[in-house]
Amino acid sequence: MHDLVAKTALGGSEPRVDTVGSVTCTEVPGVALASVAARRGKETQAQKALVKLIGAPAPEVQRFTGDQVLAFWSGPDQWMIEAPFDSHEDLADQAKAIFGQTASVTEQTDAWARFDLLGDGINAVLELLCQLDLRRFEPGYAARSSIHHIGCFALCRGTDHVSLYGPRSSAGSLHHAVTTAMISAH
Amino acid sequence: MTQANRLSGGQIDRDTTLNFQFDGRSYTAHPGDTLASALLANNVRLIGRSFKYHRPRGLLTAGSEEPNGMVELRSGAHKEPNTRATTVEMFDGLTANSQNRWPSLRFDTLAVNDLFSNFLSAGFYYKTFMWPAAFWEKLYEPIIRRAAGLGSLSMQADPDEYDKGFRHCDLLIIGAGPAGLMAALTAGRAGADVILADEDFTLGGRLNSETFSVGEQSASDWATQAVAELSAMPNVRLMQRTTVIGAFDHGIYGAVERTGDHLPSLPAGKPRQILWRIYCQKALLCAGATERPIAFENNDRPGIMTASALRTYANRFAVTAAPRVAIFTNNDDGHRTASDLHAKGVKIAAVVDVREDAPLSYDYEVLKGAQVVNTKGRLGLSFVEVALPDGSTRTLDCGALGVSGGWNPSVHLTCHQRGRPVWDENLAAFVPGENLPVGMSVAGAANGVMSTHGALRSGAQAAATALNLATLPDLPEAEDAPLAQTPFWYVQGCKRAWVDQQNDVTVKDVKLSYQEGFRSVEHLKRYTTLGMATDQGKTSNITGLAIMAEVAGKSIPETGTTIFRPPYTPVPIGAFAGRMIGKEFHPTRLTPSHHWAKERGAVFVEAGNWLRAQWFPQADETHWRESVDREVRQTRASVGVCDCTTLGKIDVQGTDAAEFLNRVYANGFAKLAVGKTRYGLMLREDGMVMDDGTAARLAEDHFVVTTTTANAVSVYRHMEFVRQCLFPDMDVQLISTTDGWAQYAVAGPNSRKLLQKIVDPEFDISNEAFPFMACGKITVCGGLRARLFRISFSGELAFEIAVPARYGDALMRRLMAEGEEFDVTPYGTEALSVMRIEKGHPVGNELNGTTTALNLGMGKMVSRKKDSIGSVLSEREALTAPDILKLVGLKPITPEDKVTAGGHLMNVEGPIDAAHDQGYVTSVAYSPSLNSNIGLGLLKRGDERLGEKMRLVSPLTDLTVEVEIVSAHFVDPEGERLRA
Amino acid sequence: MIINHPLLGPRDASEFTYLGDASLIDRPDGMAENAADAFYDYAYLRDNPAGEHQELWYHEAGDRSWLVVTRNTLTHEISKVELARDVARARGRSK
Repeated sequence: MHDLVAKTALGGSEPRVDTVGSVTCTEVPGVALASVAARRGKETQAQKALVKLIGAPAPEVQRFTGDQVLAFWSGPDQWMIEAPFDSHEDLADQAKAIFGQTASVTEQTDAWARFDLLGDGINAVLELLCQLDLRRFEPGYAARSSIHHIGCFALCRGTDHVSLYGPRSSAGSLHHAVTTAMISAH
Repeated sequence: MTQANRLSGGQIDRDTTLNFQFDGRSYTAHPGDTLASALLANNVRLIGRSFKYHRPRGLLTAGSEEPNGMVELRSGAHKEPNTRATTVEMFDGLTANSQNRWPSLRFDTLAVNDLFSNFLSAGFYYKTFMWPAAFWEKLYEPIIRRAAGLGSLSMQADPDEYDKGFRHCDLLIIGAGPAGLMAALTAGRAGADVILADEDFTLGGRLNSETFSVGEQSASDWATQAVAELSAMPNVRLMQRTTVIGAFDHGIYGAVERTGDHLPSLPAGKPRQILWRIYCQKALLCAGATERPIAFENNDRPGIMTASALRTYANRFAVTAAPRVAIFTNNDDGHRTASDLHAKGVKIAAVVDVREDAPLSYDYEVLKGAQVVNTKGRLGLSFVEVALPDGSTRTLDCGALGVSGGWNPSVHLTCHQRGRPVWDENLAAFVPGENLPVGMSVAGAANGVMSTHGALRSGAQAAATALNLATLPDLPEAEDAPLAQTPFWYVQGCKRAWVDQQNDVTVKDVKLSYQEGFRSVEHLKRYTTLGMATDQGKTSNITGLAIMAEVAGKSIPETGTTIFRPPYTPVPIGAFAGRMIGKEFHPTRLTPSHHWAKERGAVFVEAGNWLRAQWFPQADETHWRESVDREVRQTRASVGVCDCTTLGKIDVQGTDAAEFLNRVYANGFAKLAVGKTRYGLMLREDGMVMDDGTAARLAEDHFVVTTTTANAVSVYRHMEFVRQCLFPDMDVQLISTTDGWAQYAVAGPNSRKLLQKIVDPEFDISNEAFPFMACGKITVCGGLRARLFRISFSGELAFEIAVPARYGDALMRRLMAEGEEFDVTPYGTEALSVMRIEKGHPVGNELNGTTTALNLGMGKMVSRKKDSIGSVLSEREALTAPDILKLVGLKPITPEDKVTAGGHLMNVEGPIDAAHDQGYVTSVAYSPSLNSNIGLGLLKRGDERLGEKMRLVSPLTDLTVEVEIVSAHFVDPEGERLRA
Repeated sequence: MIINHPLLGPRDASEFTYLGDASLIDRPDGMAENAADAFYDYAYLRDNPAGEHQELWYHEAGDRSWLVVTRNTLTHEISKVELARDVARARGRSK
């Protein structure tokens, strides 16, 4: 076991938590990510492997499926898979073992910073941040758009729970945008 | 002062008293007042001075169309000039000041302009300030600027915060008068997602200004009840204090919500305004109509306003502009104002109606077939002179005159996509044309339906049509009077009769414009500035057009119409900026070692969106050069570490990955062995260099490509273009991994020794096992997955090591701790740059979009055995001519002489001019390795001119330096160090 | 502007990056005899129609698809949006 200590995307030892009114924004570092893109001509096999990996049907466009290991649509024949970091730090290797030559797999764990927005009234925050149609935010919805010029994924896990994934290097700016909007809206 | 002009009734809360100040004097008001109604209540009619002639001005209207009643609101940095008093919602402690006057509003020295009005007519500036040209900047412009204009800026940054937001709906209804409310009820009850936006702080539009009933209730009570029903609907969103400012492509509307303007001060972090982008399938414009004045001599005195404004002030705000009021009208609606005011106990001096068949009243005198020909009163209206049909005149004693010339539908938003309104002969006004913005329809007075019942009906119908509803709701009974008016624009013979009060344009100016040949409406506008003030001529455009039509002997539609543009009302720049101001203007990207570098006291520099450590000063260092020189020396002598995470990293996988890279890079990649890295040169299709970087082959079907920091995004985009658009059947997949890996350059003769202390022992990184340009997956510090590349930008024995970004901070600290025995130094972008210049490596300064591989000395890299992007056009004649620029190094003859990037190279003899230009300097640095200033440059036939002496000139900085042309590889030209 | 992405539905144009005429898909063969002339045309000559125009847009802040958007340059009406990959294949491009 190596002896290097991890930092969160915001640079802390512990995840940052901010609460304004009924809405809480939590930094979530405990997540492993990998991108999966089907090889040319192997789209069907790749999808089958994905089903095996997540134990659920492959997600449609702008959706996510799965539970402990979860996949969300990120492009044509392309998905991002997500799993708990502690049990899946080597998620990309685990996935590659299942996908074999049917897909290209790339570790994405630390490419992204995740912030979870929780609570009543998160829509009032989100409408100040992104131009996605919030009427489509129902559980299982996953879309990419931009927040203050930062390309982000938004995953709707419940009516009062949305995860935002932004590039790790921009975590500070994204966090600032989100908490500023929380104060503005609540 | 007591509120002398306050009437009974109205929608104000008399139980609460608010204090406010105007021009330093204290007054009282009530919640529900606007600044305008409160000033009138306190008998303040004089509010400002006019733009050009500094004439005393008061209020013309009661709404956002106001051209005159402009004030500077609030004070200090919060001061906002040119704020329409008619739209300012009263709050306790409000302060406002009149503008465009000196030294005081009542005595203004520039009012002499009014005496010289004959000289200041249309086109005055064009005609007067023509020559000499030199006078413009020093004399004319300062004088004009002082004399003209309205409010003054605070000259401080706007301290308020603004938000931007996004909302979606099925139906956006713009305006919450009778048509808008009825449309919202219809759509809301049918379950549609509705946004109802209105600029006012009380919804209801004119329903709040009228005394008639809707159904069994008063109009305002009906509006209140409708709003209550809509508020209870989860699918309806009411946006009061929200002006829809523009209709944009494909059903996008801009709207400004004034969330904080009515508050004495904003709570921390709360926005003053929010600029909403509203996406809707359908939009329904229910913006109502604007009453237009009639032009007559001296029609701009304070106290003269539109008749409907007088009515609004009386019915909604319980205020009369004066105890004794006269009306001048060409239609029946003007009489309604008289009867409403009379009912409130205001004395009606007379109703002056231009029509011979005007209706009579038992309550007050009506002068039929009469016209107002002049007015008197120094700082406000005292008397009105009326010409009677028998040729006699009458003088009416009154403090206010309500003028009604008919109503103009508010068609503005229908024009924002180049729609042209059409003339309605019956209304004598423009109504929306056929060519509306996609998805928009119009109802109520905005569509020329002027009665209340008509508005309710058309609102319901339009909503039902937009949403394909089968049934209409029951409509309440309401006033449905037919229109009765005779078009009448201005009183014949008048001269100083104002058409556009905000820009001081008179009837005479419009006629002069015609005489001088400015006859198209667009020319009229620009010559006279009619309608070009912040009110966009809401009360003046049509009148100006009518006068032009009459002079030209044409009809109004033949004369044309001007087109309206966004925004509908002025918007603070801050609202467009939103939160993206100051350092939040763009996202800031931090490297994994940022927090560590900050602790070390690093100086940071912006590189695109990134913040990078520029150098790391030590306690005894007082000048940046000391730090940078030390970092270079220490690295070249022992070992240095630099965070190079910012370089773009793109994962390229697939069975065709190698062939794909063959296409995007000018040099070959097919034969690159697994475990090896290669420098790659990427061209644009026109043959110019786009970017450079490395590609490391981690597996047969897996490469990691690096790009320059600056081009990471555009190179990725380009590679996706090649993949999807040019070679769609290639088996290749791309994804950016820039942020995922913390990547550090470890450079210097001791770099291997340092790395050996952290790389796990099963990985042999000796020169034999891991030679120059090797790459591979390794583990460090007891099992952490990592990648190692033996590449060098500094020219030293060097590696780049990458670990997952979350461990980047810890790895940097570990490298520093383990490197102590080697006197390791972190180095920043300055030292990085010095070392790359010493090695002659091109970067953005050299890859400047005008250089080819041949220019950079890499012509041989462009393979013509394959078809790669840019290879064909890089061979064009002019790009391969014998005297093209070649990359060279240069050294001043005197090592301390400063060399300047951007300076040009000239022969030692001969003139210094563009015709004799030999090339230019791209990069400069002080080289601590050579103890000399050095530079890189592009020189004609440079590769053949090594050893030649030249002059480096920079006329801008008055610099001439003698330099010697040398190889660009100043340090270790054979590359022995990096292979060590 | 709204671009109706064939997979994602309507999205704000601010999520996209514009490149230009969709004729950029038709890259000539660099190894052909007349390559120099063909590339000159390809790189520099464009039609500038007042009316329907096929153009390339990249969904930068979205799914990274390149799209061919048929847009009327006079009215801004967008009559068709296709995945550029499909258009490229239909125009005979492969590997």
